[in-house]
Amino acid sequence: MTISFGNPDRPNSYIGKTVPRPNAPRLVQGRGKYVDDIVLPRMAHVVFVRSPYAHAGIGSINTVEAMAVKGVLRVFTGADLAKVCTPWVAVLAHLKGLKSPPQHALAVDRACWVGDPVVAVVANTRAAAEEAAALVEVDYTPLPAVTDMMSALDTDTPVLHPDMGDNLAFRRLHEEGDVDAAFAKAHKVVEARFKTARHTGVTLEPRSILVDWNPAEAQMTAWHATQAPHMMQTVLAKHLDLPEGRVRVICDDVGGSYGIKVHVYPDEVATAAIAKIMARPIKFVADRLESFTTDIHARDHEIGGRIAVDKDGKILAMDIDDWTAIGAYSVYPRTSAIEGNQVVNLCGGPYDFAHYRAQTSVVFQNKTPTCQYRAVGHPIAVAVTEGLVDMAAAALDMDPVEIRRRNMYADDAYPVTSPAKMRFEGLSHHASMTKLLELMDYDGLRAEQAELRKKGIHRGIGIASFIELTNPSPFMYGIGGARISAQDGCTVRMDPDGSIVALSGVTEQGQGTEAMLSQIVAEGVGVSPAKVRVITGDTQVTPYGGGTWASRGAGIGGEAALQSAMALKASILEVAGSMLQSPVEALDIRDGQVVDSATGEARMPLEELGRIVYFRGDTLPKGLPRELVQTRHFITSDYPFAFTNGVQASYLEVDIGTGEVKLLKHWCVEDCGRIINPQLVDEQIRGGIVQGLGGALFEEIHYDEDGQLLNGSMADYLVPMAAEMPDMVVGHVETPTMESALGAKGAGEAGTAGAPAAVMNAINDALRPIGAQVTAMPFTPERILRAMGQIED
Amino acid sequence: MKAMAGGYARATDVQHALDLLAGADGMGRVLAGGQSLIAAMNMRLSTGDMLVDISRIADLRGVTVEENRLRIGALTRHAEIETDPLIAEHAPLLTQAAGHIAHAAIRNRGTIGGALAHADPAAEFPACVLALGGMIHVQGPDGTRDIPAEDFFVDVFETALEDGVILTAITLPLAEASEKHLLRETARRSGDYALAGLCLVKRAAGHRLSAFSVGPRPLLALAAMERLDAGDIVGAVSALRAEIDPTGDTQASAAYRRHLAGVLLTRAMAEITGEPA
Ligand SMILES: Cc1cc2nc3c(=O)[nH]c(=O)nc-3n(C[C@H](O)[C@H](O)[C@H](O)COP(=O)(O)OP(=O)(O)OC[C@H]3O[C@@H](n4cnc5c(N)ncnc54)[C@H](O)[C@@H]3O)c2cc1C
Repeated sequence: MTISFGNPDRPNSYIGKTVPRPNAPRLVQGRGKYVDDIVLPRMAHVVFVRSPYAHAGIGSINTVEAMAVKGVLRVFTGADLAKVCTPWVAVLAHLKGLKSPPQHALAVDRACWVGDPVVAVVANTRAAAEEAAALVEVDYTPLPAVTDMMSALDTDTPVLHPDMGDNLAFRRLHEEGDVDAAFAKAHKVVEARFKTARHTGVTLEPRSILVDWNPAEAQMTAWHATQAPHMMQTVLAKHLDLPEGRVRVICDDVGGSYGIKVHVYPDEVATAAIAKIMARPIKFVADRLESFTTDIHARDHEIGGRIAVDKDGKILAMDIDDWTAIGAYSVYPRTSAIEGNQVVNLCGGPYDFAHYRAQTSVVFQNKTPTCQYRAVGHPIAVAVTEGLVDMAAAALDMDPVEIRRRNMYADDAYPVTSPAKMRFEGLSHHASMTKLLELMDYDGLRAEQAELRKKGIHRGIGIASFIELTNPSPFMYGIGGARISAQDGCTVRMDPDGSIVALSGVTEQGQGTEAMLSQIVAEGVGVSPAKVRVITGDTQVTPYGGGTWASRGAGIGGEAALQSAMALKASILEVAGSMLQSPVEALDIRDGQVVDSATGEARMPLEELGRIVYFRGDTLPKGLPRELVQTRHFITSDYPFAFTNGVQASYLEVDIGTGEVKLLKHWCVEDCGRIINPQLVDEQIRGGIVQGLGGALFEEIHYDEDGQLLNGSMADYLVPMAAEMPDMVVGHVETPTMESALGAKGAGEAGTAGAPAAVMNAINDALRPIGAQVTAMPFTPERILRAMGQIED
Repeated sequence: MKAMAGGYARATDVQHALDLLAGADGMGRVLAGGQSLIAAMNMRLSTGDMLVDISRIADLRGVTVEENRLRIGALTRHAEIETDPLIAEHAPLLTQAAGHIAHAAIRNRGTIGGALAHADPAAEFPACVLALGGMIHVQGPDGTRDIPAEDFFVDVFETALEDGVILTAITLPLAEASEKHLLRETARRSGDYALAGLCLVKRAAGHRLSAFSVGPRPLLALAAMERLDAGDIVGAVSALRAEIDPTGDTQASAAYRRHLAGVLLTRAMAEITGEPA
């Protein structure tokens, strides 16, 4: 059975249409169920005493006063929890040389960043636990802190983990072609240093977990705001010495994740350990300060880049030297080497060139650990690549669009393998660029810009082409030994009244997974989406799967849903054929009715078929299969990743007196393959762009040289807000992947990938006549005036 | 984090509030709009306060013209100031300022008395009242007192208000017919505290200029005012940059703020004189 996607008038044509999100009314009416909404009998709250030092030895711990606070039940130290919870080491075999020391649920001898959990206080209320936590006395011995990235490997810098030998967590050098020779013969070589600031995800709902241990059943149940319930099941089972089958992870509504909630956090594992020890439900909900000091950080990179071009603007070679500092531990189980690795994989991505060298150096330091956050590594790689391409264009006096035209892979060149050894099945750089230029009226904007410049108004236009990694195969984590599923499954069943229930291993974080699944299942079976109930996020209920990460929900989970829905349709029609004495090929299901496929004439409603199968099965021929539950799984196998592509443009104005940047408009044309729900895709792109614009202009975690976090609140860590956001125009080109019948690739991260580069290029376009250039994000008013030489210290 | 208050009482009138404060053993704390205080309590920066809620005291509300001065009750909310016709007519500087303060939800609760008593060096209203030459009226156990704005702001979050005393109102001279008011500030995002800001008042008698977010308290820029009166804008910019005392933080360095203050003054004067900067 196939679906003729080309025909928008086909029956049940829900795939490709904007249909309402089934969970939207519930969420906007405040009827969602987040972890913090769940209250269980005998539930207690845990609060963590966290290290105020970036690096300190932990001496004696005095809990007498804390225990005396009314409502306090118990206090746990690292040594207490180490008895029931084993430490973890976040390395993966395919990231050769990656090292990281064992990390405990609570720090045992040494605290390694400001916020590292040291003591857990359990009380009847959160307020009592906080009051008691303030009274715990820990005898810290401050140790020298490693806080500067670029000097972390110097011989006079202390080694953060003596057992590790040095502060280098991971290094990878990739070399293709003859880079030095290409640079030597180049017409022009352009070189720059870039910086991307340390960010964090700032989810609306903070990290939350509620764990219960039922000794009578020897069963642990964790209600968890997570992207990957099955991964967490494995982690909790392994480190608390339980059979996987006796750990159930339930993930109801999640208030945003952006990658923040796909990692293992020591305080969350500690909560589970405490629940097991106390045999009662324990809740932990991070407050905002804890979010800033303990949610993973990301994007803290410094990159030296060089590009060599010939006189026609053809890229001859690129040479990238990426550095990132990941905090004191590689984060479990995905590791903190992936972001740097992605920079190596993705630089130069859109372009057809031959000689490429890239190295990433990943170092330890005494700050909050960094790990995967929306569009992992992409905003960095795209900023470096697109920044260098624009600088090369300027050096050649060539239009930024023209230089890209001359270098992007031709739309009919696929399949190709990039110099970074990434394999592309089918991309559409040129078609996307053409569409972008139309949408933005590029020539008109250039004319307006020139006109305004005469009046002393400094506007800039910035373009950024990009590729985006989606639909990962086991090549991402599984081959390295992590029990992280790249496969996903869906079970679809028809109940007696003809309604459909779909159980999926991918998860809903607020991004619309359940809407996407409901319309795929609706089309696959032949009912309206309102007839489909979707259940996600329960390891004991749904098929095993990976959850939400690397833009895989629609491409992997969606295909599993489509295949299981079509399988269910086939088994329904088999029963219908028997009941109606008709060949199965002559029947179809449309809008909940079995119909004659040629004429569309209604033959039988599904509820009648359901009534017979479930209550009068005696009237059907013995031996007739009547399996109205079908499960299918999907995994990609032809390509390690389904790459998508796109191009963004930013139009902005720089106030050269104050250094302020005003975003005037933003465009994005992207190609995520088959679009399942246009509005969901557009809003994913817009939301992603906003996060990218945040990185370009606002977001930056600051530490002082002792490793103290300086801006751990929403007043001081500036997230992008509506008033500063420009109007955004989103367009699409559709190149479906051939790996699946659905043809969908991921769309959730593309906006974030390209936006910072587009803004950087636009600012530099505005500043170029003044002879100034910025490459360190975020581009604050001060950084812009400093680049212009306006600030006297 | 969960706030830890020592107690809470709602005052029915000013005398009741003063009695509650007097009986609070030094832990008394006035609660007005709560937009600074509750945030501080929620971060446990302030614990154990005996909260005396004055927000229902009718006498502390309202905007009137009395004896040729504009009187604004301490509990007048930012959102009311933004739309009040008497304020728009007689002290348009405050109307302009209100639009720069935080976001609608905060402006609906925050009060001008709270903003002045809180004395955040980056806040708009203290600088406005200073530029306008306002008078701050307070009432305590020993009766009432009038404090000129110039003597009121002492240091970061520190004013001439003593413990147990309530700020009841401010009064301002009515704007002259030809008077010009201008508030200019630069913030990272709309609604954020300014990186630097200026209040400029041009009267027949001369210029008044105050600066905020460029020192431990709002500053009346006397040296710059003198240069402005002399018609020397470039000199005023240098004088302003010399007399302010900004500190750096994660948003901007002291040097940037000093530079910015000068840019804002140049622009404000261009706007007031109609001559390009
Ligand atoms: C996100 C956010 C952004 C903000 N941005 C800005 C901004 O850009 N500019 C700005 O100016 N402000 C800003 N504010 C602060 C806001 O304007 C507050 O409303 C104001 O500072 C305090 O007023 P309040 O009535 O809420 O006072 P409260 O919070 O109730 O009290 C503040 C302090 O003043 C004391 N106090 C209050 N009223 C009196 C009185 N009548 N007599 C004696 N003491 C009193 C209290 O005891 C307390 O110490 C912001 C606040 C938030 C939460």
